[in-house]
Amino acid sequence: MASEIKQGTLDFINHLPILQVITPMLIAPVLVVLNNKTLSWLLSFVGALACLLISVLLLQAVSDGSTLRYYLGGWVPPIGIEYRIDAANALLLFLISMISAIVLIFSYSSLHAEIPEDKHTLFYACFLLCLTGLLGVVATADIFNVFVFLEISSLSTYVLVAQGSYLDRRALSASFNYLIMGTIGATFFVIGIGYLYMATGSLNMMDIAERVSQLGQNRTIQAGFAFIVVGMGLKLAMVPLHVWLPNAYTYAPTVVTCFLAATATKVALYVLIRFVFSVFNYEDSFVNELFFLLLMPLAIIAMIAASVIAIFKQNLKKLLAYSSLAQIGYMLLGLSLMSQKGLASSLVHMVNHGFTKAALFMSLGAFMLNTKNIYIKSLKGLGKSMPFTSAAFVIGGLSLIGVPGTAGFISKWLLLEAAIEAGYWLIAILIVVSSLFAVIYIWKIIEVLYFSERAGSYREVSVVTLIPIWILALFCIFLGINTSLTVDVANIAADVLFN
Amino acid sequence: MLATMPLPFYFLIGGLVSIFLPKGVIKSSFVCLVPVIALLALLNGNWDGGFIVQFLDLELNFMRVDKLSMVFGIIFCIAAFLGNVFAFHLRESTQPFIALIYAGAAIGAVFAGDLITLFVYWELTAISSVFLIWARKTEGAYYSGMRYLIIQVLSGVVLLFGVALFFFETGSISFVKMELSSLATALIFIAFGIKCAFPFLHNWLQDSYPSATITGTVILSAFTTKLAVYALARGFPGTELLIYIGAAMTVFPIFFAEVENDLRKVLAYSLNNQLGFMVVGVGVGTELALNGTAAHAFSHILYKALLFMSVGAVLFRTGTSRASELGGLYRTMPLTATFCLIGAASISAFPLFSGFVSKSLIMSGAGKEHYEIIWLILVFASAGVLSHSGIKVPYFTFFHHDSGKRPQEAPMHMLLAMGLTAILCIYIGIFPKNLYAIMPFQVKYEPYTFEHILTQLQLLCFAILAFYILSKLKQLPSETRSINLDFDWTYRVFLPFVIRKLLLLLASTEQKGLKFFNNSLHLFLGKVYQLSGPEGVMTRILTSGTMVLFIAIILLIVLGIILF
Repeated sequence: MASEIKQGTLDFINHLPILQVITPMLIAPVLVVLNNKTLSWLLSFVGALACLLISVLLLQAVSDGSTLRYYLGGWVPPIGIEYRIDAANALLLFLISMISAIVLIFSYSSLHAEIPEDKHTLFYACFLLCLTGLLGVVATADIFNVFVFLEISSLSTYVLVAQGSYLDRRALSASFNYLIMGTIGATFFVIGIGYLYMATGSLNMMDIAERVSQLGQNRTIQAGFAFIVVGMGLKLAMVPLHVWLPNAYTYAPTVVTCFLAATATKVALYVLIRFVFSVFNYEDSFVNELFFLLLMPLAIIAMIAASVIAIFKQNLKKLLAYSSLAQIGYMLLGLSLMSQKGLASSLVHMVNHGFTKAALFMSLGAFMLNTKNIYIKSLKGLGKSMPFTSAAFVIGGLSLIGVPGTAGFISKWLLLEAAIEAGYWLIAILIVVSSLFAVIYIWKIIEVLYFSERAGSYREVSVVTLIPIWILALFCIFLGINTSLTVDVANIAADVLFN
Repeated sequence: MLATMPLPFYFLIGGLVSIFLPKGVIKSSFVCLVPVIALLALLNGNWDGGFIVQFLDLELNFMRVDKLSMVFGIIFCIAAFLGNVFAFHLRESTQPFIALIYAGAAIGAVFAGDLITLFVYWELTAISSVFLIWARKTEGAYYSGMRYLIIQVLSGVVLLFGVALFFFETGSISFVKMELSSLATALIFIAFGIKCAFPFLHNWLQDSYPSATITGTVILSAFTTKLAVYALARGFPGTELLIYIGAAMTVFPIFFAEVENDLRKVLAYSLNNQLGFMVVGVGVGTELALNGTAAHAFSHILYKALLFMSVGAVLFRTGTSRASELGGLYRTMPLTATFCLIGAASISAFPLFSGFVSKSLIMSGAGKEHYEIIWLILVFASAGVLSHSGIKVPYFTFFHHDSGKRPQEAPMHMLLAMGLTAILCIYIGIFPKNLYAIMPFQVKYEPYTFEHILTQLQLLCFAILAFYILSKLKQLPSETRSINLDFDWTYRVFLPFVIRKLLLLLASTEQKGLKFFNNSLHLFLGKVYQLSGPEGVMTRILTSGTMVLFIAIILLIVLGIILF
């Protein structure tokens, strides 16, 4: 618990944790007031860049294993709300801000194809609120605050998903289903928080953790844990609570899909990790039992079954959505190994998969700008007519498979290492098998792109669209070669969480 | 500056640059130049420290240069150069690019000082080389390439798994001599074996090489399998199992090669047989035998490329490489015929040609360690080589009955490539000392002793005699597709008939086995599709009510686990 607390550094640094969260929150209403399409894009982008800058500074500040604490309004916890940044959430903050900035570049040239122009301002406002929610969930150390931000992000996400209805009306029912499931998840989560509050009388994570360890065996706390796990299980799309995800990803506008696929489920998983390690005691037998008996098998089922389902999907957004479910399985598996290495692999995979999936969804979005639909057969021969987009897609695909030299390899290697270290040989084999399934469904697309007769004459998308796609694709490679950003930070984070 | 870059990077960067060069003489010259520069850099560089890269918490060495990797590095550069000269006429982007990437990957694997680097390049050779098959753009080539890719990638996956296990067992990833004693090393061994076309793992070779483009086959024949031989020589020298595997490899392809009609397939089988010699050398594992393996790989790459080039040139001019459709081409393609004969003489180990000075190292290696039976098998296999590669290929292509075809002589650059290769074959045969000088261990072997030459000539003469008699009796197996078939029937002797029947039976059982495997696979996939396809149970869109029921059940399970 006794992490070193930075004091006496620059005043600015001390306020970074709150700036990280409120920057987008403050910009959102301004957009609505200004009500100008171009200006709202510009302001959102600037806001996202500011977030990115802040997150980089935060990451730098905590990458030595220290912790930044911020007391909201000067109220000292446990009474006041506390924001606490350590390596684990700094990494997530970085991922979210980075992806949001890149996605916003993409939306500049692609949004008009999916959403009528008069709705753009509101769209960006909603996007920023969603960003606020996600950043807030990650930054805060107050469990009720987690709930509030989670609801902010969720409610805006429902709206964002429903925006897909201008292209396909099914977005509405997808969004509705998501709303039902998400609300139940949030309700369970808040019930869990209620139980915790009942037993400990506190909402501050660190404070609860102390009291939990004093209380020992306590049914109320255990029931609270159950509700929190199921609630977060819904949000992170743990199989079989995943039913909302494929449709939501498929029918949402591409920009939203990119953003959600790269961040939303990871944030929910982060919350679970944070609760397991910083609120509850990960050494308690009930925590371990639950992970071993339920979450690990579910993670493995997700890894295999979702990959198999993905193989047969014709709608490529759906294909990638199922592949996301499988990837969430990897992350959950890393966590449920309950070892430092497993946790680190899980954190690394969050980042790596975030960039990978965003690259894939975004290049699909670029194809879609031309083909207008996203069925596999409409991509025939695009490898020739859209060489740059296709190449970026291939890089993302390789990273998803886990080919050495790409980001995906690093995290899968770490996960394999963790599984073998824990002595789970069979699981290690299953990880490889599931990667082979990924080879099949990615290959299926590559084959259509490069080895089919051209279906129609399309031109490569504009440079502005290509820039964000290639930033992501290059990240896939960069993170596969330089691991200081991901692996080193994740190791420190795992270290912090375990102690 | 030049020497500080790992050798494969020359090829990878060169490949990328080549994409942007205009198609034509400039691009073709450039891709020929890259291997030359790389070779100069290799020979002039100072590689004592290797090229260490820190990755995660592992130390990777991109350039482990010692005498063993040096031999393979040199010959790979030469092969890449010769192959690209042969492909000078190509006016496209894919093949020159792929040829460089593929050669670079193979060279990278040879110089890999650790197993991770080895794995990366191992997979890169697989992924890049398949494009040389696909470049032919026929449907057959597509499926053949696909099968090739699956097997090659599988080899990589097995390797990765073995490497991971090895790492967790020993904590080391350095690529050094291993004992075939644990699951980890067994997996690594199998991965090498797949690429080396061990018996029963060999089918990809005869399937894919003849399906590649004319120039693609030449390039393919040089790298993949020899890389595997190198990996075996590095990782498993002296493993006795390899002697028997190698001996089997030398023998079984002979029969297939004899009955095969497609000459490029014949050469693919004979490639397999030659690999057997090298594998035996690795298995024996003495200094003499390992020298033999390295030397044989060196000379083999050259003469095999020469043979593939000459048959390729014929295919280029006539559009066919089937023995039954060729014959009498020496009239209009005298130079190609000469080069083919030189290649044939080399592979058959005629004195004064390269095969003679390298194969004998392996055979004496085996003999000195008292593997008499193995030695006899190798002698028998040598005779077989002579019969199908040494005689059959040139005989059916350039002599035999006149097919009536009067193609032009091969184009200039092909003649140049073949000429250079042929000169190297003869040079090595006449001045073996120069080859021996770069071997991993000091060579104290004199190939040109009276006894050795005499034995070899006896063997060769009898094999030629046997071929002659068979030919006179019109019993040469690949004649079956010619118009003489009807007359043949009545003259058939009993024995060849039985042998052929047996071979056919063997071939058809293999086909049936494959068919059965295919069918059951389809059945299984159908079931999987039923479950998880678009209409499947597992992907049905659920109503909100059902979803909530799910949630409730999960909650109950979670509560149950936690509270009880």
